[in-house]
Amino acid sequence: MLHTLSIGELGRSLDSGQISSVELTRHFLGRIERLNPALNALITLTAELALAAAAAADARRAAGERGPLLGIPLIHKDIFCTDGVRTSCGSRMLDNFVAPYDATVVARLKEAGAVMLGKANMDEFAMGSSNETSYYGPVKNPWDTAKVPGGSSGGSAAATAARLAPFATGTDTGGSIRQPAALTGVTGVKPTYGRVSRYGMIAFASSLDQAGVFAQSAADAAVVLQAMAGFDPRDSTSIDAPVPDYSAALAAPLAGLKIGLLREFFDGLEARNSALIHDALKIYRNLGAQTVEVSLPHLPLSVPTYYVVAPAECSSNLSRFDGVRYGYRCEKPKDLLDLYTRSRGEGFGAEVKRRIMTGTYVLSAGYFDAYYLKAQKVRRLITDDFRAAFGKVDLLIGPTTPTPAFAIGAKINDPVTMYLNDIYTIGANLAGLPGLSLPCGFVDGLPMGLQLIGPHFSEAKLLNAAHRFQESTDWHRRSPPGYEQ
Amino acid sequence: MSLTRKDVEKIAHLARLSITEQEMPVYVTSLSSIVDFVDELSRVQTDDVLPMAHPLDGQHQRLRADRVSESDQHEKYQTNAPAVQAGLYVVPRVIE
Repeated sequence: MLHTLSIGELGRSLDSGQISSVELTRHFLGRIERLNPALNALITLTAELALAAAAAADARRAAGERGPLLGIPLIHKDIFCTDGVRTSCGSRMLDNFVAPYDATVVARLKEAGAVMLGKANMDEFAMGSSNETSYYGPVKNPWDTAKVPGGSSGGSAAATAARLAPFATGTDTGGSIRQPAALTGVTGVKPTYGRVSRYGMIAFASSLDQAGVFAQSAADAAVVLQAMAGFDPRDSTSIDAPVPDYSAALAAPLAGLKIGLLREFFDGLEARNSALIHDALKIYRNLGAQTVEVSLPHLPLSVPTYYVVAPAECSSNLSRFDGVRYGYRCEKPKDLLDLYTRSRGEGFGAEVKRRIMTGTYVLSAGYFDAYYLKAQKVRRLITDDFRAAFGKVDLLIGPTTPTPAFAIGAKINDPVTMYLNDIYTIGANLAGLPGLSLPCGFVDGLPMGLQLIGPHFSEAKLLNAAHRFQESTDWHRRSPPGYEQ
Repeated sequence: MSLTRKDVEKIAHLARLSITEQEMPVYVTSLSSIVDFVDELSRVQTDDVLPMAHPLDGQHQRLRADRVSESDQHEKYQTNAPAVQAGLYVVPRVIE
């Protein structure tokens, strides 16, 4: 079936003329029409634009052009500016905002000939771990529509899992690609900080945000990451370093690979969840890897550190939304202060306001040293722990989440309980490290993810390790019941 | 170390956020629990540790030549404006 083929197989079908990009696009648009209403994974559908882009890709191919993403459909998280298309960031604040330019990620994938089907639903301003804070309503997990898909890139994850597109873009600030990938049974990659341009990606926490990809497999993710990664002069935090050939590196043998089991990740992990990870480790040993226990003693401080740093940066980044130049403006403001406070008070949802206020507090006079500066110091301790671990091992392994997907509504009223969902993913963001989640089994019919974390710029090794695992297992080939056809 | 209502009102003002009467107690509770949660950091020994503002060491602000690279597209950018007149953003009167 077209929606279970890999990007490589789709490319070969397109190249051989078996199928056109227009037909392929129609196939996925049909799936979206039929299956998306139950999931609410999209905020904006761009069917007309998609068919025009598909026709253009077919014309490029007819003229002799070839490329692994030429004519391949995708969905963009609604955090990426898309020229001429609404970019809402999951918020009432930007419900009426039509982006006047393309993000670099969008431009690069467009240049490669990928066909945008629409914009994915997400937690508001990327703040959330369950896709329940979106102005456009929650996204449902295709494995069980009473459960969350994770967040903040919940729409991108659900759409990929439901095979509404071969791949989707996402962003990861505290785990927002890896966690929803784990909860929906797909492969999700967060690159090294600075590997992928943040130009045109609406900013949440500037020292943590990173764009990445959801796909059916590491092999597919490698193709997409190849097109997304690389220096961008428009992003002052973009790293000017060459991008290796991620696909060429996939098949390398794992003999001699040293994998570190993070002791802190296994403490307190429930038995059935822990068993899945240990089964995965057996597969890695069979592939020739050695596993060694390592400890990152400051890692348990990741969550409180993050919940000082990220809100602080978000309070600064979201100060631009003031009802003056774009976005939501309140009705009949009586003066400038009223314009600001009511546009922001009415335009932002509760979680966003909570984080802006947390950030404002930790940056305010008298508290800056005690909170923000302190958190930046603990951040260095956590980063140093990772550096020490990578002196002994090549990659770190552990679960992506403490449990499979939880019920919609179960945690939304208790922010701190919700924040603890990111306990395994946040460390990599604080240290700027690349991380990946791949499906490793099921608990009560719900997917669980295995997380791999590597040193800076080790995406090729991570994708290689994930690919070799996926050659020995078929978790990543499973479709949610009802979404196979 | 919980926050009081006065604390939250002050923070909301700094952040230019209007909070309704009904919302206020919820924010006082949730912000207090968040602040209590992050207070754990105060018990960590960080005497000789340098704060880390950037996840990658050795980064510095890149500079470029001072040459014009953008064009005037203010009409395009102002299509998203709530109120525009003669190329200017219209806001409530600021100066009496």
